[in-house]
Amino acid sequence: MTPRQKRFAFVGLGLLVLGVATALVLNAFQSNLVFFFTPTQVANGEVPKGRSFRIGGMVEDGSVKREADGLTVRFVVTDTAKRVPVVYKGILPDLFKEGKGAVAQGQLDADGTFVASEVLAKHDENYMPPEAAEALAKAKAAGAQSSNTLIVQPQ
Amino acid sequence: MIPEIGHFALILALCVALVQGTLPIYGAAVGNSRLMALAVPAARCQFFLVLTAFGCLAYAFANKDFSVLYVAATSNSQLPLHYRLAAIWGAHEGSLLLWTFILTIWMFAVTLFSSHLPEAMRSRILGVMGLVSVGFLLFMLSVSNPFERLIPAAAEGRDLNPLLQDPGMVLHPPMLYMGYVGFSVAFAFALAALLGGNLDAAWARWSRPWTTVAWCFLTIGIALGSGWAYYELGWGGWWFWDPVENASFMPWLAGTALVHSLAVTDKRGGFKVWTVLLAIMAFSLSLLGTFLVRSGVLTSVHAFATDPKRGLFILSFLAVVIGGSLLLYAWRAPRVGLGGGFAPVSREGFLLANNVLLVAATGAVLLGTLYPLFLDALDLGKISVGPPYFDSVFVPLITPALFLMGIGPLAQWKKAEIPDLAKRVRWAAGVSVLTALGLPIVLGEWTPLLSLGFLLACWIVATAIVSVREQLAHLIGGGIGARLARLPRAYWGMLLAHCGIAVFVVGVTMVKGFETEQDVRMGVGDVATVGGYTFRFDGVQNVRGPNYTAVRGTFHVSRDGRETALLYPEKRRYTAQNQVMTEAAIDSGVVRDLYVSLGEPLEDGAWSVRLYHKPFVNWIWGGCLIMALGGALAVSDRRYRPAWRREPQVVPANAQLAGR
Repeated sequence: MTPRQKRFAFVGLGLLVLGVATALVLNAFQSNLVFFFTPTQVANGEVPKGRSFRIGGMVEDGSVKREADGLTVRFVVTDTAKRVPVVYKGILPDLFKEGKGAVAQGQLDADGTFVASEVLAKHDENYMPPEAAEALAKAKAAGAQSSNTLIVQPQ
Repeated sequence: MIPEIGHFALILALCVALVQGTLPIYGAAVGNSRLMALAVPAARCQFFLVLTAFGCLAYAFANKDFSVLYVAATSNSQLPLHYRLAAIWGAHEGSLLLWTFILTIWMFAVTLFSSHLPEAMRSRILGVMGLVSVGFLLFMLSVSNPFERLIPAAAEGRDLNPLLQDPGMVLHPPMLYMGYVGFSVAFAFALAALLGGNLDAAWARWSRPWTTVAWCFLTIGIALGSGWAYYELGWGGWWFWDPVENASFMPWLAGTALVHSLAVTDKRGGFKVWTVLLAIMAFSLSLLGTFLVRSGVLTSVHAFATDPKRGLFILSFLAVVIGGSLLLYAWRAPRVGLGGGFAPVSREGFLLANNVLLVAATGAVLLGTLYPLFLDALDLGKISVGPPYFDSVFVPLITPALFLMGIGPLAQWKKAEIPDLAKRVRWAAGVSVLTALGLPIVLGEWTPLLSLGFLLACWIVATAIVSVREQLAHLIGGGIGARLARLPRAYWGMLLAHCGIAVFVVGVTMVKGFETEQDVRMGVGDVATVGGYTFRFDGVQNVRGPNYTAVRGTFHVSRDGRETALLYPEKRRYTAQNQVMTEAAIDSGVVRDLYVSLGEPLEDGAWSVRLYHKPFVNWIWGGCLIMALGGALAVSDRRYRPAWRREPQVVPANAQLAGR
């Protein structure tokens, strides 16, 4: 091989690996990105059908019910504006509590229940999962706006 | 008083670091040996100053001095002494101090083992390390001071996060930081080479052991972190592709590439600019990793907004270090030159391909880790990139690298012939394919990934055996034992580290393929069977720890009627922060782990319980340990010993082997 051909071989190899890596990344991104939605967005029907996504918010007080098998748990996640019923089968994380923030990953079934495959609680007592905090903040901002309009309207 | 001494020592250390980072580099540029001679005493002085600061913080923790904000925030009077000391690196400020302390340890080591380096080189290396140290000291003193006072003092500390109250967590950060910071030596060597404009085989030989030692520490550090996640988080997983984990894995990947690229520069004088670039990459990723984990940016990008000074400092520091070194690289790299030529099919060619694959894998992990942060920072929505992304990108990229790992050490330098290679590895290939097809059938289950795992693991070991046989055949005279002993340690280290990968691959394959998991409701006396083992729940009792109360369950495990183990998982409540923690109970073995963790209490003394049977899971960490041992063995090779200690008559024999 001449040096010129050799150089082409190396450049070709580099481009090939880069191309394969890009293809893999794009393909994996397409099918594996998990988007986050607030309960309000879920109620407005903005969520993808037949695809896994995350919801976050507060676990409503008094909403946690355990079924007879001891493992299936039903609870409600709320951003104070809208509520989403969630069902999860398995052991909940230590920090899962009523009135605290939680994030769940799963799909929406036909009757509007969120079937969670995973409930996340990578957070300590002092802080909420960022997604949950954001859902609450958004709902609060939206709520503040609508109440403003209510006050303004009569005038 | 003591904390103020620590604070003052840090200020002095900053002054010394400023001297060390400027005058010796200037001295090397103008050839002033009196300025250059400042580097060594400055580095040593800085080491003792930071040691003093570290000792002062340790003293504050040992003495429960809650008038120091950091101590009050991360410890508690009921916390046992060893965890109080480990709390030094339990949060942001102390971690930075540990980082700086370890940097000065490496600097001190460089001053001890660099007397054979040319004066200019040595002062440039120490100068660059001094500049890095300036950045960290400035960061601590300006916005993250671990000695900041809390006035009036707190009556009681807030306690260390219970998750961190664990022996694995005590060792994990120092090991990881030894690795991260160790790459600063390779980085300093690289910048010194760029500044000096010469990068020869001797340069590579000096920097090789430093890089390998750092790589060993990083390997152990990551394995400790993974093991900790396995038994402490109570989920039985050993790797989650969590950003915190990726932060340590990216420097490891780049460091692995660097170790191999350095080998080429050392033995063949090739890959020069590439090696320098990898050294810059490995250290930049280490810095990025430190800040990703410790700045709070991962929990929320808006952490930067709440504390803009810290965020701004971190971003500018990263920009200066990474941008500055890349600028220097762009300016000076052409002087360093490419190094010797080689054919695409050659050991260099295979190593280059491996390097490219490792860097591509690093890039994919980097993208998956940072992409959600970017989207979030730009307010384009919240997404998460989970394990499926990393699995589906990483596995295809690393598979060819593992294949090349077997064939690379067999190929000749400069130019190799494919037919010749194929002939030499044919039985290794045959055995591997047979194992890949046969073993899953024997184990009673077949999936493509199982076969792939066995194929790669077997391939790595089989080609290693081929390599040893060929090496022995080349040596003349002496029995097998004597001939084996004549092979250099660097060679054995390389084989051992590669076999560590094989062990690791077996562990991953077996766990992925054969683990069984069950979440069950168990009343007292109930029985559940997982993976052929019968678990009987014998109820719970209350126990007290030094700073927690716990409910402890008793599980009786048996197989075929014979008792295997008694397991005591706990549900702890740490009193200071009123935080609940699951403490799993594990019966470890060479071929399987049995894992029990308590879920929640249900009615009538029943509990929800998680049971796992994890075959070969310890091979995952065992493999990492073997890799690190391989690295350590390679470093002990006599070719790295300073020239004055090497006996002259052994050099030819050694060089002959090394050249092959």
